[in-house]
Amino acid sequence: MSLVQDTSRRNGAWRAQPRHGRVRAGRYSLRFDPRAVLVCAVLIVLTAAVVVLSVGTGTYELSPLEVLRTFTGNGPPGADFIVLDLRLPRAVVAVLVGFGSGMAGAVFQSLTRNPLGSPDIIGFSNGASAGALVAIIFLDAGTAQTASGALLGGFATAVAVYLLAWRRGVHGYRLVLVGIGASAVLGAMTSFLYVRADIGKAAQAAAWMIGSLNARGWGEAGIAGLGLIVCVPVILAHARRLTMLEMGDDTAGALGVPPERSRLVLLSAGTCLTALAVAAAGPIPFLAMAAPQLARRVTRAAGPNVLPAAWMGALLVATADLVTQRVTGSALMPVGVVMGMGGGLYLAWLLLRERRAHHL
Amino acid sequence: MLGTALLIAATALSLAVGAERIPLGDVWSALFSPSGSRHDNIVRELRLPRTLIGIAAGAALGLAGGVMQVLTRNPLADPGLLGVNAGASAAVVTAIAVFGITSFTGYLWFALVGAAVAAVLVNALGGTRSATPVRLALAGTAVNAALFGYVNGLQLWDLSTLDSMRYWTVGTLEKRDPGLLLDTLPLLVAGALLAFALARPLGAIALGEDQARALGASVRRTRVLSVVAITLLCGSATAVCGPISFVGLMIPHAVRAFTGPEPRWMLPYCALYAPALMLVSDVIGRVVVPPSEIQVDIVTSFLGGLLFIHLVRQRKVAKL
Repeated sequence: MSLVQDTSRRNGAWRAQPRHGRVRAGRYSLRFDPRAVLVCAVLIVLTAAVVVLSVGTGTYELSPLEVLRTFTGNGPPGADFIVLDLRLPRAVVAVLVGFGSGMAGAVFQSLTRNPLGSPDIIGFSNGASAGALVAIIFLDAGTAQTASGALLGGFATAVAVYLLAWRRGVHGYRLVLVGIGASAVLGAMTSFLYVRADIGKAAQAAAWMIGSLNARGWGEAGIAGLGLIVCVPVILAHARRLTMLEMGDDTAGALGVPPERSRLVLLSAGTCLTALAVAAAGPIPFLAMAAPQLARRVTRAAGPNVLPAAWMGALLVATADLVTQRVTGSALMPVGVVMGMGGGLYLAWLLLRERRAHHL
Repeated sequence: MLGTALLIAATALSLAVGAERIPLGDVWSALFSPSGSRHDNIVRELRLPRTLIGIAAGAALGLAGGVMQVLTRNPLADPGLLGVNAGASAAVVTAIAVFGITSFTGYLWFALVGAAVAAVLVNALGGTRSATPVRLALAGTAVNAALFGYVNGLQLWDLSTLDSMRYWTVGTLEKRDPGLLLDTLPLLVAGALLAFALARPLGAIALGEDQARALGASVRRTRVLSVVAITLLCGSATAVCGPISFVGLMIPHAVRAFTGPEPRWMLPYCALYAPALMLVSDVIGRVVVPPSEIQVDIVTSFLGGLLFIHLVRQRKVAKL
């Protein structure tokens, strides 16, 4: 049963001699993995490059150089409006949503000790979508209300799943399975709302439900950014506890990490990130699942790899958006479609590989 | 006996209840001595085909679920949950959008191919000795999500066919042509007969592969034929009414409570109770938001999801 056991154990064995760097400042010292830092730096550079390319893409083509000039205020005439008001918000939302989802995915996968135990598979994204749909359909909500709806829905789902999976502590696999059941129930509720809505709102809801970056403005960017500002510090502060929790509750307890309480804090922060990402761009399939796995393979480090996963998520969404726009030649095709199909292929490969390696 | 009574009651409900409530006496006379009245038309033209399709599709999905649960030795198996129905519907959508096929027979073949691919995939993932219910459920969920994304993408790509494709994302019994039933009936019957014929070797496989061989059952042949049966049943059911989840999960569990795990007893009861569930779900979908309706798939997913959570909570983690 060991999509995860295997990774932690194996990586532990690989890295008998950990290579880590250390920074000291007076009484404090920070330990870091040079390879992870390098990976993050590369991912950031790539993401920035993709953003520049993506901002230049569209009916009004701009070369990367022109885009950069526009950023500094010396662009070609008329480019200001197109770049800063139309295309940049979209690219920024892509990066923020990817960052948040990737980080939330890393937290959830580590907590459930299962690479498939990410928020999009176990119902938390569905809860957020249901909440946001209620806001869109019944309350005629703007951006802020939709976000509140998503947040409420996400947390209600998280609490329900957590309580239902509780039996003298929450076991990873039970959390995953209860989450799958919850996601079916919530999916039914979402379809119900969708069918009930009048046609105009249904169209709005449909485009939103696939995960789309179309017509995203600074408002959505603000929402996704807010989630990051609130939750990222919490998660980073607790990231080391995740590594302890992966060893099992008893070991974690013996090492001074209160297992249930840490899990609760991390789950809440992860749910908040997921809900706000969903509020900004709709549920983008497979993002939270794939980003941490890819990050882990690049950094080759044990543990949850929270930051590399987050940057990997940002790069994935930005790239998927760029590919969608280039291939279809229109800004309308939702990015969720590309992510969904890419994610499906990735998943097939994952299952095949794990099976061949006899880990399953 | 109880099953028959339930099915008859569900049929009566399905004929009588809807946007216009028709007294049972009128239903009776509409069926056996039609006089051309308004109620007669509603019953004969709208509700009767719908009910018959519900019975056929329900029986097919219940049986397929039963076969799947025995074959994969997995209590959480269901053709909807594991992506077989989604495979069929994705194939139909491909047929419409990419190949421009408009005839139902064309859809049917595509649906069968899609269901077969998905069923083989599931069997490959779940057939190995070490596969666990968790792994299978997760794989199915992910396969479903991928296919859902694909279907959505095709729909948005080609807005002109959006309308004709809408049926294949959420399963419904509404506005189905009764002629479709006649086209698929041979396949459904073939699938059902095959499933019943496999009951004995499937029972042996349920004991474990070594035991099954010792008892003289051919494991490989049974597996292949089971996948064929699942494909026939799910593919044709999906071609008629779109993907419907969780009927195949719920019914075998309910039935096993009084028949025990022996497939020779369980499968026929599955085929009897599943249509009743299907019709009741459809009736619920008709009455919750009058005068409009919600699709039967929404109702079964809601009920089935709750049951799924209950099953997971009941079972000890060690078993999963």
